[in-house]
Amino acid sequence: MGEFGIGQPVRRKEDVRLLTGGGEFTDDINLEAQVYAAFVRSPHANAKISAIDTLAARSMDGVIAVYTGQDLVDAGVGLLINDANYTNRNGKPMHKPTRQVMPVAQTRFVGEVLAMVVAETPAQARDAAEAVEIDYDVLPAIASTAHALDEGAPLVWPEHGENLVVHWEYGDKDDVEAKLAAAHTRVRVDLVNNRLIVSPMEPRSASAEYDAASGSLTVYTPSQGGRRLQMMLARGLLKMAPEKVRIISRDTGGGFGIRSKMYPETVMVAFAARALGRPVKWRGDRSETFVSDYHGRDQINVAEMGLDASGRASVLKVETLLNVGAYLSENGVRLPMEGGGRIIPCMYDIPDFYFSVKPMFTNTICTDTYRGAGRPEANFIMERLMDAGAKALGMSREDIRRRNFITEAQMPYKTHLGFTLDSGDFDGTMQMALDAADWTGFEARRAESASRGKLRGVGLATFIEGAGSRPVEGMRMRFEENGDVTLFAGTYSHGQGHETVYAQLVNEFLGVDFDKVHLIDGDTATSPETSNGTFGSRSSMVGGMGVKRASEAVIAKGRKIAAHLLQTEAERVVFENGVFRAQSSSVTLAEVATASRDASKMPEGMALGLDESVVFENDVENFPNGAHVCELEIDPETGILEILNYVAVDDCGVILNPFIVHGQVYGGVMQGVGQALTENVVYDASGQLLSASYMDYGMPRAAHMPMMEALFNVVPAKTNELGVKGAGEAGACGAPPAILSAVGDALSHIGVSHIDMPLTPEKVWRAIQEASAVKAA
Amino acid sequence: MHNFNYHRAADVADASGKLTSLEDPKILAGGMTLLPTLKNRLAAPSDLIDLAAIADLKGVSVEGDEVVVRAMTPHAVVAASAEVQKALPALAQLAGNIGDPAVRHRGTIGGSVANSDPAADYPAGCVGLDATIVTNKRKIAADDFFLGLFETALEEGEVITSVRFKIPTRAHYMKFRHPASGYAVVGVMVAQYGSKARVAVTGAGPCVFRLSEMEAALEKSFAPSSIANIKVSAEQLMGDIHCSAEYRAHLITVYARRAVEAMV
Repeated sequence: MGEFGIGQPVRRKEDVRLLTGGGEFTDDINLEAQVYAAFVRSPHANAKISAIDTLAARSMDGVIAVYTGQDLVDAGVGLLINDANYTNRNGKPMHKPTRQVMPVAQTRFVGEVLAMVVAETPAQARDAAEAVEIDYDVLPAIASTAHALDEGAPLVWPEHGENLVVHWEYGDKDDVEAKLAAAHTRVRVDLVNNRLIVSPMEPRSASAEYDAASGSLTVYTPSQGGRRLQMMLARGLLKMAPEKVRIISRDTGGGFGIRSKMYPETVMVAFAARALGRPVKWRGDRSETFVSDYHGRDQINVAEMGLDASGRASVLKVETLLNVGAYLSENGVRLPMEGGGRIIPCMYDIPDFYFSVKPMFTNTICTDTYRGAGRPEANFIMERLMDAGAKALGMSREDIRRRNFITEAQMPYKTHLGFTLDSGDFDGTMQMALDAADWTGFEARRAESASRGKLRGVGLATFIEGAGSRPVEGMRMRFEENGDVTLFAGTYSHGQGHETVYAQLVNEFLGVDFDKVHLIDGDTATSPETSNGTFGSRSSMVGGMGVKRASEAVIAKGRKIAAHLLQTEAERVVFENGVFRAQSSSVTLAEVATASRDASKMPEGMALGLDESVVFENDVENFPNGAHVCELEIDPETGILEILNYVAVDDCGVILNPFIVHGQVYGGVMQGVGQALTENVVYDASGQLLSASYMDYGMPRAAHMPMMEALFNVVPAKTNELGVKGAGEAGACGAPPAILSAVGDALSHIGVSHIDMPLTPEKVWRAIQEASAVKAA
Repeated sequence: MHNFNYHRAADVADASGKLTSLEDPKILAGGMTLLPTLKNRLAAPSDLIDLAAIADLKGVSVEGDEVVVRAMTPHAVVAASAEVQKALPALAQLAGNIGDPAVRHRGTIGGSVANSDPAADYPAGCVGLDATIVTNKRKIAADDFFLGLFETALEEGEVITSVRFKIPTRAHYMKFRHPASGYAVVGVMVAQYGSKARVAVTGAGPCVFRLSEMEAALEKSFAPSSIANIKVSAEQLMGDIHCSAEYRAHLITVYARRAVEAMV
């Protein structure tokens, strides 16, 4: 409806502000008489702390305070918690070590915060931090996902006796193995899902001020919505009443999952502001984000699938190793089970399934949610298996997928671990991608590349997600005296464009001008009480439905007021395009809003005002899915890989704003390209982070990606009235398997079966060299 | 960043004087390496002597059989110079592919050469194009200038004023960019001077070096096939988490051959 309604390519209203330096990020906020924090970080991956000497630091110019872990214990500061609760099949509960904000006795990863200095200037704080002397007894460390469960590996938590957090299982292992053994064809893949540095553009920062008179604390920090952080900080950590703690995020430069978490530095800045009675500010630098922001992915997967002669898969076994780091972060340990596990076997109908997950501790920073959060890993497993099955049976990659897709006739379709898929045209979506990429014309292009000495390949990946995390989200709508409408959301836009999309929805439902709708989010003082924030591709559904519900409530109320003004019955009043009508007479929404403030114009017994506050309960997720085709060329002499063409077809349900969804697809694909081609976290054997700057950590560049085509196959979700499906994480699911599929296509004829991500030139070159050597022998 | 004193040198003599009289000074010649080093607190000079205001140190010209690039000329100016593009296109092309646009507009040839970063492009240009490094005290042949990892023949108080490249019959520079940093993992400048050839390699070793075996082969017959099978030893080369020494050795042969292919 209209040029600003649902589905219109409306330009983002936040962009002029953000692109012209008008954004207000945490470092842009400066508080009267603020002082500055700097952190002392562990240089060792595993060491007993025998002494911390802060005397020299305390006596330096400008130093106001130095805090260690013991100070927090003495002050009664609480622990950083994890509320996962998995058990081994023998009933033994998972191992849940406690995590102090700053450890007192032992440090367990490089970069861990061990002390904080507060000084009058940032330089003084840094100088003093360097003067804090810590005596360590260095212990052997383990960082490797492949070896942390080996016999004799150094133990992160020796009192537990092993690095295994829990051995979680689903399904009947013996039965599945017997069925695999009996299958006509059995394929296996061994996959490393490489550990990633998340790299939001804005480094992590925090500023806090405490008002002693009212006993209230305000914390400014990038986030993905402050309500959860407020509750954790108030209740668990600083032991304050939640209403005395306010979390404000004006603008946040990228979240990707890791900005939704509570970190030690945030707690410390808040603690110091309260203890000192002066505002305290910390802006992390890029080096600190490398060693202290949670990392992403880091799984090793061994998976097997049994198929009949026709390519129909009937049995699946997946064994996952997950590196959670030195502690349990808030969500890291959940990802294989609740992120990826609930969606496996992804788009495919495979009746028998055994799933084993072994999360492990290592002497590394924790891993946690990163764009897709378990679902890219799950789809990667299934897509590599499908390609392996196609190869084993001599089938085409599209045919084997078609043979195994869950069909619309099978929906609602319940997955093994409890998702219920409502909609999706998997075959049609795949066909759109194949057609757009000229899949059938590929061999001519391969021959043309071969004539130039290049190896060309084309790859296909399909994927599905579960989006729109449960359980609830609030939304408030306020009518201003000038006719504007202000939304107060618990979702928090940190790049997604909610200012634009929510305004489109208000325009659609209430006929209010797009420019007259405003969004206030990122402030626990004004956001709805019931709120979880923005993550898991949820805001289009939970925020969008909040706007819809609030609009419906406003219309219901407005009809009564309009009926009163028009001297008729509410049942006879219709609302359309911002106008209430009863036969020939009418009154606008703005007039109704004005009347609602005047008791004399209101029906008897009705409360004043048109404002609404609603809570949307999302009992069910939605299931975005898609098919990506990647075409690339490899220079066999150097191993350099160049993507030549990329087609993404996504089913994100009803599209609220195609510009914004395209942006999500491009960005997600780019992050997937990064994981597949360039990005990799490397720790050495002693637990030192070798990829600790962009000199060594391969962030993808614009040149890694050609112009891509992003198309939609719109299949409205049946799980919400808007028909939307989340769009934020799709690209990161599709790109890695599409690229691996293309590389397999380019290199399989020379004998290369698999290369682990990232596909750096040297790895590709070596794989070609080794395969050539085998062929020659 | 630690505190330091900042000086804007009036001329080369002023810079040289400060360089010898101050406690622990550093020349600031664009700062594309120095400033990140300072920001990461990996260096703490007492004084920075900025050469940016010395007009005499800027500009490019062709003088006889040489292209002269004054020390404080940014890479972007070299890349865009019509004179350089005409007289020595390989040099313009090298300069135009250093780092990114921001680096090319701030970084200078003098800063790059004086730093002798093993992964910098200009050292291969200097050695491959038989350049002379001119300082306030003397002229140094590029072959004698680059001594090792971040080590040059510059003495105390010595300030580079220009670099004079000898115009070759033909030349070409090719590099393989590091997957993370974008610096040269292998950068090869191949130049032909009549019957003579020069092959200089940056990125792969601790310092720029020449490949005499390839030069001899090209002097016999200036063709890709002359060097296509000359293997380079990985022994003295560097390796990191992205590119091993063995891989770099392989790439040197490939890129040298491709440079010759581009020339013939």
